[in-house]
Amino acid sequence: MSGLIGKKIGMTSLYNADGQALACTVIQAGPCVVTQVRSEEKDGYKAIQLGFGEKKEKKTTKPMLGHFKKANTTPKQKLVEFKLFEEEHELGKTLLVQDIFAEGEFVDVVGTAKGRGFQGVVKRHGFGGVGGQTHGQHNRARHPGSIGACSFPSRVFKGMKMGGRMGNNRVMIQNLRILKVIPEQNLIVISGSVPGSKNSFVIIEK
Amino acid sequence: MSELIKLVEATVENRRAEYPNFKAGDTINVHVKIREGNKERIQQFQGTVIQRRNAGSVGETFTVRKISNGIGVERIFPILSPSLAKIELLRRGKVRRARLFFLRGRQGKAARIKELKTAK
Repeated sequence: MSGLIGKKIGMTSLYNADGQALACTVIQAGPCVVTQVRSEEKDGYKAIQLGFGEKKEKKTTKPMLGHFKKANTTPKQKLVEFKLFEEEHELGKTLLVQDIFAEGEFVDVVGTAKGRGFQGVVKRHGFGGVGGQTHGQHNRARHPGSIGACSFPSRVFKGMKMGGRMGNNRVMIQNLRILKVIPEQNLIVISGSVPGSKNSFVIIEK
Repeated sequence: MSELIKLVEATVENRRAEYPNFKAGDTINVHVKIREGNKERIQQFQGTVIQRRNAGSVGETFTVRKISNGIGVERIFPILSPSLAKIELLRRGKVRRARLFFLRGRQGKAARIKELKTAK
């Protein structure tokens, strides 16, 4: 599996040949630097670690500085390991968008979803609510209803869907089509939406 | 908006310059490309512009209203859509508002719009 780390820039719309408007996300993908190569002999599995985004040397810890120095690069903001990268890459190599992605390919995008705070069951789990406002329902339109039986089991089962903190978790969106690759600005335009806010890190996998 | 997004939009944005600068109240003729199998033909839709939405953005649309066989017909076109071949501006209208939804309730003489005469 090959991929890159990127930064979500925002959304816009483009038209396809039939004149249909497509919602699309613009992502700045790369340039990424290979900061570590994991091998079968040494680590027990094959992977490469990529770094993306510039970071001040002052804000980097000494152990991490050594890690970046080994790869002969400047400190990076975000490091991600990609298992079973399709091609072999040596330490310190810079990967660009056009090396990995091409127009028309399908990719998976991983990001951290926007935090929604404490949400009820209707938004958080897609419950239907009570379904009416009459027949005595005066204050429970978006309530969950019953959460279990009575004297048996005398408790609420674990994993019961209830209100709580929503969002701010890792989300993967699969099979998004690449509409465009712009190598000059390291941009990639992907059909559909991608988790996270603007300027958040995303991982694009192929 | 981010400069990088504008750069992506620039590829579709250049179509805008080909069209005349029309607004609500104007009578226009829209040439729409229609694909039937492998053949492509042009259909015309002539009527009054009753609104332009999201003006200036890539998602901008405009609504054209006409009376066809006594029945009011409205079509909404995305202004940057590649299926639009041409827009002809036929007549400028003198109106005092940007959204002419009041035309929907009117028929015949009451649905007329005065022509805008610009002083030379």
